[in-house]
Amino acid sequence: MSALLAAATPTTTWYLILAAVLFGIGAVGVLVRRNPLVMFMCVELMLNAVNLSFVALAKRLGDIGGQTTVFFVMVVAAAEVVVGLGIIVSIMRRRPGATADDITALKG
Amino acid sequence: MLDLIWLVPALPLAGFLVNLLFGRLLGEPKSGIVAALAVAGSFAVTAGIFFDLLSRSEHDRSHVDVLFSWMPVGSLKVDLAFLADPLSITMALFVTGIGALIHLYAIGYMHGDPKFSKFFLYLNLFVFSMLMLVLGENLLVTFLGWEGVGTCSYFLISFWHTRESAATAGKKAFVTNRVGDWGVMMAMFLAFGAAGTLSYSGINHAAEEGIISGVTATAIGLMLFIGAAGKSAQLPLYIWLPDAMEGPTPVSALIHAATMVTAGVFLMTRVNPVLEVAYDWAPTLIAIVGVATALFAATIAVAQTDIKKVLAYSTVSQLGFMFLAVGSGAYVAAIFHMVTHAFFKALLFLGSGSVIHGMHHEQDMRKMGALRALMPVTAITFIVGWLAIAGVPPFAGFWSKDEILLFAFAKSPVLYVAGMAAALLTAYYMTRQVIMVFFGEARWNDHSEENGAHGDFKPHESPIVMLIPLVVLAGLSMVGGVMQLPFSKDLHFLEKWLHPVVEFGEADIKGTWAYDNKYVLLGIAIVVALAGIALSVAVYAKKKIAAVEPVLLANGWHYDSTISRFMGGPGRKAFDAVAWADRTIVDGAVNGVGRVVQSAGGTLRRGQTGAVRNYAAFIGVAVVALLVWFFLRGVVL
Amino acid sequence: MELVVFVLAAAMILVGAIGVIVRRNPVHAALSLVLTLFGVAVLFVAQEAHFLAAVQVIVYAGAIVVLFLFVIMLLGVDRTEDITIEPFRIQRPLAAIVGLGVIGLVVASVSASRDVIGRGSGLEIPAVTGDGDSNIRQIARNLFSDHVFAFEFTSVLLTVAVVGAVMLTRKVKNGKGVS
Repeated sequence: MSALLAAATPTTTWYLILAAVLFGIGAVGVLVRRNPLVMFMCVELMLNAVNLSFVALAKRLGDIGGQTTVFFVMVVAAAEVVVGLGIIVSIMRRRPGATADDITALKG
Repeated sequence: MLDLIWLVPALPLAGFLVNLLFGRLLGEPKSGIVAALAVAGSFAVTAGIFFDLLSRSEHDRSHVDVLFSWMPVGSLKVDLAFLADPLSITMALFVTGIGALIHLYAIGYMHGDPKFSKFFLYLNLFVFSMLMLVLGENLLVTFLGWEGVGTCSYFLISFWHTRESAATAGKKAFVTNRVGDWGVMMAMFLAFGAAGTLSYSGINHAAEEGIISGVTATAIGLMLFIGAAGKSAQLPLYIWLPDAMEGPTPVSALIHAATMVTAGVFLMTRVNPVLEVAYDWAPTLIAIVGVATALFAATIAVAQTDIKKVLAYSTVSQLGFMFLAVGSGAYVAAIFHMVTHAFFKALLFLGSGSVIHGMHHEQDMRKMGALRALMPVTAITFIVGWLAIAGVPPFAGFWSKDEILLFAFAKSPVLYVAGMAAALLTAYYMTRQVIMVFFGEARWNDHSEENGAHGDFKPHESPIVMLIPLVVLAGLSMVGGVMQLPFSKDLHFLEKWLHPVVEFGEADIKGTWAYDNKYVLLGIAIVVALAGIALSVAVYAKKKIAAVEPVLLANGWHYDSTISRFMGGPGRKAFDAVAWADRTIVDGAVNGVGRVVQSAGGTLRRGQTGAVRNYAAFIGVAVVALLVWFFLRGVVL
Repeated sequence: MELVVFVLAAAMILVGAIGVIVRRNPVHAALSLVLTLFGVAVLFVAQEAHFLAAVQVIVYAGAIVVLFLFVIMLLGVDRTEDITIEPFRIQRPLAAIVGLGVIGLVVASVSASRDVIGRGSGLEIPAVTGDGDSNIRQIARNLFSDHVFAFEFTSVLLTVAVVGAVMLTRKVKNGKGVS
């Protein structure tokens, strides 16, 4: 048993599958949760899934550019979180207890 | 002089514009004088062109004056152009000549009418349209005039529009004419399709060369005949003409006797090569319709009591004669009769107008009588007109009618007999009219209070302005026959003049029995005319035979009322059904498209909930769809 | 050995992810997120991306999640939302479609092409670049030569983000914020 376990090394495919599952979970979370902060956290999950797949493929293809991409993704995600939270703060201040469903000004 | 041909329609048009803008300012009688002078000026120019053409050799008598290119559309090139050739100048001469006389007459007749200047602007517009019709170089310019005269006819018939019957009569005339106009339009389409051009020279040339096939030529000819039947009041579209007598008498004289109603005959003569190339049954059909109309209308005229209605049915009958001539290939005879008919019918109408004027607008002949002494000039000129139409030599009507019957006999003796019967009836009812109006006992005293006559009612003679045209027309009716006397080839002036226009289509009757025995036929015609007169005298003057005026004939064989009943009853239902179909199906389809778009939009609108999560969900679903596509493309296929 | 690491890290990731989407209390969700981020950092190390692993822990788990917690505390949204009711009836089915679709399709695609992708675990990156540099040197070399413009723009972006956040959340003298 342990020999079998020791023999199977995780290939790139495994990492990609894991990233896909993580991405799916994050997507479902965005669609299901109503609290804006939790929705934001689910978006972070999706970004992490992407980062994981980039890194896995960078190793597989031997191209360091994949890791550079992840670097940029992290930077931009940080900036995005800053601004996004600022927006949420300013909305929540006016309407305490608001959820994502309460903002329907674009209703057609 | 030929270059000034554009002046001929331009002068009446100018008269129309002057009266339109300044008519009320000019007032009575100046607006009438302006109108009359415009038409007289046209006549002078036309006469000048006539002499100009006369001075040329026979085959050089055709001049086209192009004003401007009217519709250059693809392969269709229509110009606004005038054609001066023997036929059009003949028509223009009597249109402007008689038109000028009638304008003069109308100055007297319409005296005191509040819409005096309006009348003259309509009259001038009419003369303009009629001149465009006859001088047109192609079917489209003619059609412009054709529609124009129809419109002016509507205006003038319903001139006293406050009277219900007048307004209705105007509408009836316009609508019935429209049915005929459809025929002319179809003919234009066919002509363009077959000959590639709408100009008369092009179409006639194509017919002569054989470019137009027999089928097409027949179709064109019959379509034009439908238009002619509408405009020239033949069966089955004559119903508007008797009702058109609601208009003032100068209108009846000008439009419904001398000019507009002859447009159909003119059109058929213009395209005589096409009729020649058509199948033989087409001209025969025209001839049959013509003679049937002549006989039919003559029977109705026998029982009419209104002085103008008799003349109206008489006009329908005489037009039938002209179409009999056209159908028999006697185009020269048709034009001949057209000109003489214009003279004496205008004379008769103006005379009847004089009688009506003198009787203070009484039109029922049963209330007239013994007017000979009180209206001498009117009586004498009317009698001249009567003799001309009855076909008594040497008056003009005899020569032209005889010419037609000669060609009719050459075509078929049956046509001849029918035509003779109509001629007999013509003599009979016209004599009846003359006796009832001018001879016998004075029946007008009994009804003096009825028509606004003031106290001591006595009919009086008309003013001299109205008498001059009567005298002139009477003179023309006497000597008009000189244009085409049958005694020798040298005396066939009209035939020689019109030869280049009709040479292709004119029937050649030289070897027939009719031609060889034409003096016999001449004699028979005289006998028949005198017999008709004698019969009528016996019935109405001497009262030896009882008058036969069946109600059936007085009601026009119930033809008109049948049409009205049909159109009002089942016809109305059909029209309503068509209107319903248009509203519901056609409009419904168009509106339905709009409604479908609206409802689709409304349904799609519900996707815009405004909630971000829903939008995210939709984006997610689209992403999944894309992934499916990529998967199928990359992995499966 | 690598297998064990992978399995443990994967477990951390998935547990944390499920926790984020399931936990009603946002603070709990944030802590689950930290678990996930840690798991991802471990896998980064397994993939020889040492620098990124460090950055992940410092920036993501250390700064971003802390920021989340600040805002949660500030706004008092530790009140829970009721996750059982869903006002838009179509939302849950769509979410299921999206989730299953994405996972299923990507997994299927990746599995179908595992012959191309999954041959071994790749080459040693230091061996590829040939000069035996550490990971951070390699990243630096790549970043500042091929992607230097992007790098500069990102610094501008960060500045803009900071300014924007301050603008959005300041309170003006008369008490009103930017709405």
